[in-house]
Amino acid sequence: MSIAGTHIHLSYPTRNGSVVALEDISFEIRAQEFVCIVGPSGCGKTTLLKIVAGLLKPTSGRIVFNSTAANGRPRNALVFQEHGLFPWMSVLDNVGLGLEMRGVRRKSRHAQAMQFIEQFGLSAFAYSYPHELSVGMRQRVSLARAFIMDPEVLLMDEPFASLDALTKVILQQELLRIWREHRKQVVYVTHDIEEALLLGDRVLVMSGRPGSILEEISVPLTRPRDLLDRGRPEIVERKNHIWRILEEEVRNGIGGIA
Amino acid sequence: MSRSGQWARAQLLRWGAPGIGLALFALWEAAGRMGLISPLFFPAPSVIIDTLVRLFGNGELTANVIATVTRVMSGFLLGGLLGLSLGMLMGWSASLRQVVDPLVAAVHPIPKISIFPLIMIVFGIGVLSKTLVVAIAAFFPMVINTMAGVRQISPIYLEVADNYGAGPWKVFTRVILPASSPMILAGVRLALNLSLTITTSVELLMAQDGLGSMIWLSWQTLRIEELYAAVVALAVIGILFRFTIVMLTKRLVPWQSRESA
Repeated sequence: MSIAGTHIHLSYPTRNGSVVALEDISFEIRAQEFVCIVGPSGCGKTTLLKIVAGLLKPTSGRIVFNSTAANGRPRNALVFQEHGLFPWMSVLDNVGLGLEMRGVRRKSRHAQAMQFIEQFGLSAFAYSYPHELSVGMRQRVSLARAFIMDPEVLLMDEPFASLDALTKVILQQELLRIWREHRKQVVYVTHDIEEALLLGDRVLVMSGRPGSILEEISVPLTRPRDLLDRGRPEIVERKNHIWRILEEEVRNGIGGIA
Repeated sequence: MSRSGQWARAQLLRWGAPGIGLALFALWEAAGRMGLISPLFFPAPSVIIDTLVRLFGNGELTANVIATVTRVMSGFLLGGLLGLSLGMLMGWSASLRQVVDPLVAAVHPIPKISIFPLIMIVFGIGVLSKTLVVAIAAFFPMVINTMAGVRQISPIYLEVADNYGAGPWKVFTRVILPASSPMILAGVRLALNLSLTITTSVELLMAQDGLGSMIWLSWQTLRIEELYAAVVALAVIGILFRFTIVMLTKRLVPWQSRESA
């Protein structure tokens, strides 16, 4: 599937008049591509992701999905920030959520969920509740819940933002490993420049509010990728480049002196 | 602190409350036997226990307990279920909330027992009026807590449900109901306690049976030990309600077991 957004605008009314959240955003995401969107906080990255997910409608502009999949396969599955799991459901039920909504019978749902729980290394916690798990494990459950749906595109909203640096690296590697197995198209929102470069085929750099796309950067790394790739000169160079673009945006956002 | 010191402290804290209770009863018993307090108005605990056994034996106590619990439960179920349904709708629909919430807020502070005479004017002096006043009392904590419970649901949960293809029924049963159930259970606890209070008040005023009526009758005929027996029975009912809610909370919201107490 390819996804094409053209001239997407989004504004919403507030007490002090209309606020423009997204301004003239156009992009294309090709089949099986891993695209990262990086930008300062509050720039509308999540909003853009919700538009791609169909949870929000843009004020103007169009988003076109060129789907090749058979019917019945969901277009997308969202992986939310840390609070996306249902605290009242066990890991097993959380992972089986999409199947339950699709009307899959309990037995077959649990069997399938168990497979994914195993794949994500959570077998011992199938009957635990999210509050009994570490934040890292919770995000693995979120990934399993999205992957089990076999969606055409995975949409991820800073899934590892609240993890400590070490756990984050482990989960990034796991994500890449499982992504290789399933070859999904991914749109991955983050404010971590290095993460965007390590995971993505391409990085879209967004400005501060109102969000627009400032630059598109392709990542010159082969796959499978390695943790040590982060030290490669071409990556460091791009990291610095993106940071130079974003620095002013971030300063404006926090009201500092340039 | 030494290990034995820690142990002693833990034991002291553990047995503190039952110890103080027992000590007070012992004091009461001793004061009664020594004639320091009037046995007519303050019968000793042993006398109250004897009375409980006697009234339980001849079926009088059981009949009154059944009458009271029946009134509590019918009023609680009627008002509670209405409150639950309206609270769900008000939590969901901002427009409905805007219209109904001020009305709820206006009527809520009125002590419900005070409108009992008005209810009797309209619905007569029978069982209907008594059930209604209890139902009205139970209605308010349920509607308010349910509404708050639905409103505090994080929008992320609804987006997740939406994204994973949940229809309206699944959203209700798998998200809204479980997400709001801690608050609803807190409402149930308030509503049950209020139902018991209002039922007792109504029985003091206007009933031929029930523990409230038993209290009033024993006061008028100066059988004070029976009054105490009825109070003990009410206390036991209250404790059982609380116990039931705690069990229910553990079972229905296992993910929040820490907050169940």
